[in-house]
Amino acid sequence: MHPTSHDFKANAHRAMRDEALQGALATLKKGFRAKRGVAVERLPEFEALRDAGRDMKNHVLAHLDHYLELFEAKVLAQGGHVHWARDAEEARRIVLDICRASNARTVTKGKSMVAEEIGLNAYLEKNGVRPVETDLGEYIIQLRDEPPSHIIAPAIHLNRGHVAQAFVKAHPQYPADRPLGEARELLDEAREVLRESFVTADLGITGANMMIAETGATIIVTNEGNGDLTQTLPRVHVVLTSIEKVVPTMEDATTVLRLLARSATGQEFAAYTTFSAGPRRAEDLDGPSEFHVVLLDNGRSNMLGGAFHDMLRCIRCAACINHCPIYGAIGGHAYGWVYPGPMGSVLTPALIGLEEARDLPNASTLCGRCEAVCPMRIPLPRMLRHWRGREFERHLQPGRVRLALKGWSWLVRHPTLYRLYTMAAVATLGMLGKRRGRFTSMPMAGGWTNTRDLPAPSARRGFMDQWATGRRR
Amino acid sequence: MTAKRQILDSIRGSLGRGALPPSRRAELEEALNHPHAAAVPARGTLPHPEQIALFMAMCVEMSASVDRVASKALVPAAIASYLASQNLPTRLVVAPALQALDWAAAPLLETRFGAALPIDPVSVTPVAAGVAETGTLVLCSGPDSPTTLNFLPDTHIAVIEAGQVVGGYEEVWARLRVDGRLVPRNINMITGPSRTGDIEQTILLGAHGPRRLHVILVDEHGG
Ligand code: SF4
Repeated sequence: MHPTSHDFKANAHRAMRDEALQGALATLKKGFRAKRGVAVERLPEFEALRDAGRDMKNHVLAHLDHYLELFEAKVLAQGGHVHWARDAEEARRIVLDICRASNARTVTKGKSMVAEEIGLNAYLEKNGVRPVETDLGEYIIQLRDEPPSHIIAPAIHLNRGHVAQAFVKAHPQYPADRPLGEARELLDEAREVLRESFVTADLGITGANMMIAETGATIIVTNEGNGDLTQTLPRVHVVLTSIEKVVPTMEDATTVLRLLARSATGQEFAAYTTFSAGPRRAEDLDGPSEFHVVLLDNGRSNMLGGAFHDMLRCIRCAACINHCPIYGAIGGHAYGWVYPGPMGSVLTPALIGLEEARDLPNASTLCGRCEAVCPMRIPLPRMLRHWRGREFERHLQPGRVRLALKGWSWLVRHPTLYRLYTMAAVATLGMLGKRRGRFTSMPMAGGWTNTRDLPAPSARRGFMDQWATGRRR
Repeated sequence: MTAKRQILDSIRGSLGRGALPPSRRAELEEALNHPHAAAVPARGTLPHPEQIALFMAMCVEMSASVDRVASKALVPAAIASYLASQNLPTRLVVAPALQALDWAAAPLLETRFGAALPIDPVSVTPVAAGVAETGTLVLCSGPDSPTTLNFLPDTHIAVIEAGQVVGGYEEVWARLRVDGRLVPRNINMITGPSRTGDIEQTILLGAHGPRRLHVILVDEHGG
């Protein structure tokens, strides 16, 4: 997918003014956030599981080459194939080659963020293979020809009306005036239409939440059952995943599974967790005859051992996204690439370059909620700060920002001057804003006051002043 | 250089080391034979009768329906009465593993044994285990239990013996390891019927997989 992360600021402004989007985002709070809270509350062992998950994944990353080789050997022993892809282009070509070798015209797809990352659909279409997304959210955005706006709820930016519109256009086989006002009606129609695709597809592509070195199995976690129909019915099953997703044993996978659904949707467990190992066995009555795993690197191996190493523990649960006030205000499309929210702001610069994604690390208040909910205890705010530091080092910010930062840095290193300046500023703002307690507009600070008020200082004395005179609690 | 070589070299380079020495590799490989379960929830370690109660309660919480019969011989009749109560078709596709049930005892049921076809409205399968922790069924694929039965029909009826109910997931892996069955083509963990929240975060059952999951617990072995 072609990134528009460099346009983050304009994207974000547009998103803030988009009423439909704002309405859709309002559901985040009562939905995912509240449900996660309840699920975590119900499991006293949750914090211990987070520690275990973090430690397990750290061990894997320190021995990643070894576990990948073990996994590969198991897959091969079971009659499957493993393909290694250095970058997006190589991965796309591998998938297309498999499609061609098996004469596949129509492929069904389970939800895969790696497929989004490598822009698989557009590439397949260009080369004469028709991809059909089968996850309801992915199907909807495929019809609308737009990217996902969330890693587990790709159509979260839409409402029923949008979906109905897309269906009327895409399903001419039904009467145009059929009732589509309810979510149930929309779902039933999608179920009927996609059944056809499941049964006729030549090849099925899924992602993988994990790979298990012990058994050579890949795992998908879904609620709809689309991933299972995608991988069970066609002749060929292709698993498209990335190198950091391997874990040693079934028990290690289980630790992650206990964390995943609770952190993601607030479910105790997802409806379907499926382990797939190799093609159908000699005596089996169903299942694919071919099983391929494509292992994508695409910049991940370079993240190991560096400042963003910990990000490779990510299990793509989206808890950080669901709890991010910035994401909650602008949605996922504004981030301009595949991974939004805090995890995306860390990952995107690492995968497509800081030049393209330079605004993303700044799209955070560093409030720390993301780290507080991350099941793998990934220090997201620290990594965002790290990117900001690199931006400064590499002169990626506009001159005005650099000048302001330099000026500020000089000022805070001269305490007396700093105090005089802040005292004067506080006194002036306090006086000017006394009546209303806030400013709705302010010269030079339009970027702030256009979308929110600036609170006026309540006391006429600043923090330092209060601290010095002992008015502290 | 092949892609595999280059990726492995890049991993090693970033980690600041070469390939692991054979002794370390052997050690790590050996460790796979002693899997370590971290933080198994206390709710998975109840005594067996309570586990069964928890299993049934969690199934219901996950929007499955449950029934309990005293012996295997009563399963066909229980299926017939469930289908009648829900006004559902009586045409069944049944896992070959359950061929030995006394199907003649429920003459209204029309049975076929094998994998599911898109036209099959109701499937009946055995399970490998049931996990009390979350009301999760574990099914292993094989000629006796084809995977399509778990996903294609609108209604999935799963038959579980009381002795197959365990506390936590790890107990299932341990059992499968002993049986040498840890790696069938598919292990399916199924928790309630298919669902989606993709339209306005409204949870709806019956997305692409079964609209209904009905669990029949059999108290006594054999029969
Ligand atoms: S960074 Fe943490 S919270 Fe965010 S998606 Fe990854 S694992 Fe989940």
